[in-house]
Amino acid sequence: MKLLQGKAGWALLIALALVFPYMVSNTYFLSVMTQSYIFAIAALGLNLITGYTGQFNLAHGGFMAIGAYAVGLLTTDYQWGFWTAFAAAGAICGVIGYLVGVISLRMTGHVFSIFTLCVGYIIYLLIEKWEDVTHGAVGVMGIPSPTGFGGLEFESAKGQYYLVLAFLILGAYIMHRIVHSLLGRSFVAVRNSEALAEALGIPLARTKRLAFVLSVIYAGLAGGLYAGVVRFLGPDLAATHHTFELVMFMLVGGIGTILGPILGSILVPWLTQSLQFLQDYRMVVFGPVLILLLIFVPNGIVGTILHRRARRAAAQREQAQAASAPAAASSTPNGARHA
Amino acid sequence: MLEIRGLTKRFGGLTAVNNVTAKFEAGHINAIIGPNGAGKTTFFNLIAGTHAPSSGQIIVKGEDVTGMRADQIARLGVARTFQATNLFDQASVLDNLIVGHRLRTRSGLWDVIMHTPLLKREEKLCREKAEEALEFVGLKRVAHRLAGDITQEERKRVAFALALATEPDLLLLDEPAGGVNPEETVGLAELIRKLVDHGKTVCLIEHKMDMIMSLADKIIVLNYGEKIAEGTPAEIRSNPLVIDAYLGAEHAEA
Repeated sequence: MKLLQGKAGWALLIALALVFPYMVSNTYFLSVMTQSYIFAIAALGLNLITGYTGQFNLAHGGFMAIGAYAVGLLTTDYQWGFWTAFAAAGAICGVIGYLVGVISLRMTGHVFSIFTLCVGYIIYLLIEKWEDVTHGAVGVMGIPSPTGFGGLEFESAKGQYYLVLAFLILGAYIMHRIVHSLLGRSFVAVRNSEALAEALGIPLARTKRLAFVLSVIYAGLAGGLYAGVVRFLGPDLAATHHTFELVMFMLVGGIGTILGPILGSILVPWLTQSLQFLQDYRMVVFGPVLILLLIFVPNGIVGTILHRRARRAAAQREQAQAASAPAAASSTPNGARHA
Repeated sequence: MLEIRGLTKRFGGLTAVNNVTAKFEAGHINAIIGPNGAGKTTFFNLIAGTHAPSSGQIIVKGEDVTGMRADQIARLGVARTFQATNLFDQASVLDNLIVGHRLRTRSGLWDVIMHTPLLKREEKLCREKAEEALEFVGLKRVAHRLAGDITQEERKRVAFALALATEPDLLLLDEPAGGVNPEETVGLAELIRKLVDHGKTVCLIEHKMDMIMSLADKIIVLNYGEKIAEGTPAEIRSNPLVIDAYLGAEHAEA
């Protein structure tokens, strides 16, 4: 268990991810994993606004679609290079996110969720109906793979796997920086209590907007990678059920943790895949499993582990403190310290 | 320190605070009392900027803050506590307090991503301020306990510590001793006294009359949003209007 903590744990996970392509025989598993990583990047973003800042955004899948379509359309209809289009996807999502955020973040709680659900649906409708720009239901075909550089190629399944993995690691690292900083503490303060955060001098509107913009940039870049890897886009990508899948990844893995959404994005598709043999009955199994998980592991897998560890660490530090200050410890009964 | 002029707040047809004028001197303990629904918390919400007043003026340290946002007012040195404090229960008490000093820092997204020296310095500063505040309220021993595992009284003290970490001059305390037992109430009263000894000005809402009468330098009584009396504890105790509206006969004789 010690092995899985902190830097060592992350190093181990990264090492596993690095050798994964050499452990599986067929490229199908590789491409499933690559897509899981792409959704993990989007889920990381959703987790910032929802898990850390407490605003349940249901337009996240829509933003992922915007990023994907930005790359898809710019590279095919306008002959942009992949990487310029990819950067543009992030920027476009950031700008649209800012505008949506200005309006939607004035609302709180359920109203915000319902509003963003509608925003997500509007994005879907725009993509499906605005045929002149998006090709409507026909979708976007022939999107080029990410251009290689420095001797690397991203056309093979293996190349794409490592590319997406690199982005996932970078994304997780930056997210780690954000949430463990003073800025992240401001986000968490907003989640705990908006009234208290404001009383502590945290500008609510600005803080929530920043979290929202950052989160949809993650969605946009994930979408951009999706376009480059899958190379075909349909309006279905913007459908609401994709957002709810991201929500599910986040909840199962552990909301408000970094590893949680990543783990959820890998485990949930794997679970649904392995239930495939049940055909139409698989949801009958999957549904109850999900409900049981939410009842008995409400903080998600990673959240529950972290909570337990935090409690143990707190007890240890208190004990150490009591031992180093025997005068103060004398008032504490011995039994209580060992409990 | 704080001056209120003709402060009024209407919610639709309901006038929650009606034309209240008051002055709070620096270094004093001021109490606001009154029956439930008298507009005490709304009064605090107006001073702290949570709600904008319908009319009237709020002057903090000579500066007109009427209509400012809550976070701006907090930065001017007005801190407040709530009847219930929402903490992040799965983090340690100290962890919960670090954000308290955030308003005195300026590192942004760039500093966070690049991990600049400014950010490191400010994170250290915030941690020190949190430890200081925790020590002040006498909770150093629970610094590493999870916030979800502390007692109600400790929670009240953590709320004080959070407010203190913002480096305020004026503290608005909403029922600081609500829901704690009599001995603990005495301890919290001592803490409030200590705040004033350290140069803070305190303004509190409380229902525990024994505590108020021994603690407050000045009491303001609200009833149906209006100020019906103002004065020292002795004056308030003998004021027939206050006895009628709030205190009842038992406290009048004491």
